[in-house]
Amino acid sequence: MNWIDIGALDDVPLRGARLVKTHAGCVAIFRTGEAEVYATSNTCLHRGGPLSEGIVHDRKVTCPLHNYVYSLETGEVVGPDAGRIATYPIRVEDGRLLLDGDAVGKRSAA
Amino acid sequence: MQKLVVIGAGMATGRLLEHLFEADPAAYEVTVFNAEPRGNYNRIMLSPVLSGEKSYAEIVTHDDAWYTANKVTCRFGERVVAIDRDRKVVTGERGEVPYDKLVFGTGSDPFIVPCPGHDLDGVVAYRDLDHTNRMVESAAMPGARAVVIGGGLLGLEAAAGLRLRGMEVTVLHLSGHLMDRQLDPAASYLLQKDLERRGIAVMTQASTKAIHGDGHVAHVELEDGTELPADLVVMAVGIRPSARLAREAGLEVGRAILVDAQMRTSDPDVFAVGECVEYAGHLFGLVAPLYDQAKVLAKTLLDEEDAFAVREVSTKLKVTGCDLFSAGDFAEGEGREDIVFRDPSRGVYKRLVIEADRLVGAVMYGDTADGNWFFGLIKDGTDISEMRESLIFGPAYQGGAAQDPLAAVAALPADAEICGCNGVCKGRIVEAVEGGATTLDAVRAETKASGSCGTCAGLVEQIMSVTLGDDFVLPAAKPVCPCTDLTHEDVRRLIKARELKSQPAVWQELGWNTPNGCHVCRPAVNYYLLADWPLDYRDDPQSRFVNERNHANIQKDGTYSVMPRMWGGITTPDELRAIADAADKYGVPTVKVTGGQRIDLLGVPKEQLPAIWGDLNAAGLVSGHAYTKGLRTVKTCVGTDWCRFGTQDSTGLGVKLEKMLWGSWTPHKVKLAVSGCPRNCAEATCKDIGIICVDSGYEIGVGGAAGMDLKPTEPLVKVVTEAEVFEWVVAFMQLYREHAKYLDRPYKWLAKVSLDWVRETLADPAERAALNERFAISQSVYQYDPWKEHTAAEQERRYQPLADLTLEAAE
Ligand code: SRM
Ligand SMILES: Cc1cc2nc3c(=O)[nH]c(=O)nc-3n(C[C@H](O)[C@H](O)[C@H](O)COP(=O)(O)OP(=O)(O)OC[C@H]3O[C@@H](n4cnc5c(N)ncnc54)[C@H](O)[C@@H]3O)c2cc1C
Ligand code: SF4
Ligand code: FES
Repeated sequence: MNWIDIGALDDVPLRGARLVKTHAGCVAIFRTGEAEVYATSNTCLHRGGPLSEGIVHDRKVTCPLHNYVYSLETGEVVGPDAGRIATYPIRVEDGRLLLDGDAVGKRSAA
Repeated sequence: MQKLVVIGAGMATGRLLEHLFEADPAAYEVTVFNAEPRGNYNRIMLSPVLSGEKSYAEIVTHDDAWYTANKVTCRFGERVVAIDRDRKVVTGERGEVPYDKLVFGTGSDPFIVPCPGHDLDGVVAYRDLDHTNRMVESAAMPGARAVVIGGGLLGLEAAAGLRLRGMEVTVLHLSGHLMDRQLDPAASYLLQKDLERRGIAVMTQASTKAIHGDGHVAHVELEDGTELPADLVVMAVGIRPSARLAREAGLEVGRAILVDAQMRTSDPDVFAVGECVEYAGHLFGLVAPLYDQAKVLAKTLLDEEDAFAVREVSTKLKVTGCDLFSAGDFAEGEGREDIVFRDPSRGVYKRLVIEADRLVGAVMYGDTADGNWFFGLIKDGTDISEMRESLIFGPAYQGGAAQDPLAAVAALPADAEICGCNGVCKGRIVEAVEGGATTLDAVRAETKASGSCGTCAGLVEQIMSVTLGDDFVLPAAKPVCPCTDLTHEDVRRLIKARELKSQPAVWQELGWNTPNGCHVCRPAVNYYLLADWPLDYRDDPQSRFVNERNHANIQKDGTYSVMPRMWGGITTPDELRAIADAADKYGVPTVKVTGGQRIDLLGVPKEQLPAIWGDLNAAGLVSGHAYTKGLRTVKTCVGTDWCRFGTQDSTGLGVKLEKMLWGSWTPHKVKLAVSGCPRNCAEATCKDIGIICVDSGYEIGVGGAAGMDLKPTEPLVKVVTEAEVFEWVVAFMQLYREHAKYLDRPYKWLAKVSLDWVRETLADPAERAALNERFAISQSVYQYDPWKEHTAAEQERRYQPLADLTLEAAE
């Protein structure tokens, strides 16, 4: 793992999300609880809706364009539709957000 | 116990068994054969299944549990092939069953035009679920084309369903006008226009010569040589009673199985019911008389007296948006007189046929609200000489009453038929409601009204509303979403009653079954809290749909549209310059004049929103809230400022109203308009609140809409001064804010609480003042320009990515 500091936990609103641009594409950082965060692809499988703009509820997000619902834990589509988006390792340490750089294709810092 | 064998699980026999088990569950041991591999379902709802508006599961009328509970032996998917009346046994494909009494309910077979190619793959009839499924499959092919042969009720429902599924559809009809059995040419013309508007091609006087294709249909050839490419051909040209089995069993058969008024055939132990029956020279093709037959036969089977009588039937088409009604006999003739009403602008046509002071026929298109009333007059043979002059305007005009849909319903006599399919009259519904059935479902369960084709559901609700008055809460039982069992109305009431002032309080106190709601309930609860507790509750952006969180409309490519307010549609060269400059500076791809009298800048990326707002703000422009459930626009016309007909300052009034109301959150969006005279150039009569200026003051109308539903406003009040306009408009707004269900536009809310209740409430000056005061408190919190707030540095950051790892790597 190659943990990269991407910002402060408090930069992400509770039950909200923010966007991180990476070599692997746009990644959405969701905050589902006081210190509970998830990272997934930002792109809805349906028509590419920006998931970081969706309503976050429980450990799920609803796409703002046509209401696909995703589990943030697995990246699976919940309910009648099917599919799975990428999820990425992320953790919180001392109020900072650490994203796994290897998983999102960041070249080594050297 | 006697053995009863029933052939066919159709609409008629399903109803028969219900009556039978209700009256005496122990009278018979029942076996039901059905050629279709399934039990009873509501065949007439196949059209909504075809169009995708309903699923098969929703139209099943009797499920496995029902058959089990009534100990019915089901032999579904098994055709009866012979009957031995001497031995009293029925032979199915999988063996014999003895009977004491036998019922034929074999229905009809669709008629197939025997032209060459009628047996090709891809040619289907329209009668059962399998046909429907086959059509749905064909429609799934991109670019697939369908030809529907037959422009009657069935053909048109098939065409409309296939069109909704995206197929290219052509309807071929042999006669000169569609539905020629039910409509006259004028009504038919309007129907054809409506169908063509939805993209269905119609060819009348079109006779099919042959269907061509190599194994599968490829095209249809007409007598005149026209060739129509087709991947699917639907034959909907008529039905033939299914009577062969009865004939082979030696029963007396004419065009169908002959029965007497007790539904008995020529064999005293054999009965028939439904479309396979011929009674006194009549054949049947709609469910209403079949249900009557079923009722009679249930009695006959229990040795009770009853007799079937043929009655008038009326026709409706189940194609959303094509409103037609026909009943009785409307052929022209000696001694017959027509009353015709046309409103070309609304596409309305009504024709009544009168003979010897009696109404004998009625055809209506476009506005069929009075259909049941006319139908009642026809059936009862009422003497109409007294009301001849105003007859065509319907019941609401009899006795000079104002035109109000509820008044029309209130005016219906108790024996007016409401549900044509099930023959339920108004009195029966009123009785059920008074007996405690207060929801549509309860009324349906008790009376069967609206249980078949469903087109009368609205009327049933209006009767409930007239009967219950203020106590009526329209179809209330529906919970907000799966997170709770409570309805919107319950949630609103409990938030006030228990003084719940935060979302967690609502989830906890009202027993939400999810940790923090979902995308359906969160925006609703957030709205209720901020509307009821403006000073205590803080709006939660995370419970808002993206548009309201980002104060711009998201587009399909993830960019946004930016729309500044243009108060009352008035602008200045400076404002226009600022808009033009912003469009240039940010490379806005599309600049569009909207339907709401202002200018939209479309295609702005999220990161640029704060900057473009900043520039527009600097020129004095504020957010137009084109994205909110809140005040949208106030359209105006030029009024006394310029117009030679203007009676009041409509522009000024509109601008003042917009400045007063902007920023307020509402259950759904709210639009206003002010027109300077009744010519109504600002289209005020289709707005949520519309004001028409007249010489003597201002007419305030409410509850209009011109979106998915088209509704004219209804008069709320007429006032003399501008100050009174403000007072009433604000009071109405606040009443709507405090009471309506989230996502109900005012017209939907009014349909539930009734305009009369609103008028009564607002008639009290103290009430109006209190509502105005509460609105002012709310505005003290919520009337601010979100653009100004979001251009502030700390908010501005929100619009940028949290981090950009692509940049870092490049460094
Ligand atoms: C921009 C505009 C079309 C245009 O180019 O002219 C427009 C655009 C949209 N309309 Fe509209 N409507 C626009 C005038 C209208 C009008 C005409 C009017 O206001 O006089 C109507 C019919 C009148 C009415 O509301 O009764 C109209 C009836 C709708 C409806 C149906 C509402 C209903 O109750 O049936 C929707 C859907 C909804 O709100 O749920 C809708 C929804 C939308 C949405 C918000 C769809 C969406 O969710 O993305 C569109 C946003 C596009 C965008 O990003 O700007 N729009 N829309 C018009 C903006 C007016 C403005 O200045 O604010
Ligand atoms: C798409 C569509 C829309 C319609 N819309 C309307 C409407 O809006 N209003 C209206 O009033 N009417 C409407 N109708 C007509 C209505 O559905 C019929 O009048 C009604 O279903 C007839 O009922 P039934 O019981 O006589 O026959 P059916 O409902 O047809 O039932 C007969 C059953 O008997 C079975 N059967 C036949 N022969 C045998 C055998 N030998 N052995 C075993 N089983 C057998 C058949 O498989 C069938 O399941 C519509 C019909 C269709 C197809
Ligand atoms: S009519 Fe309105 S909602 Fe439909 S596409 Fe046009 S702008 Fe969008
Ligand atoms: S783009 Fe996400 S649901 Fe359609």
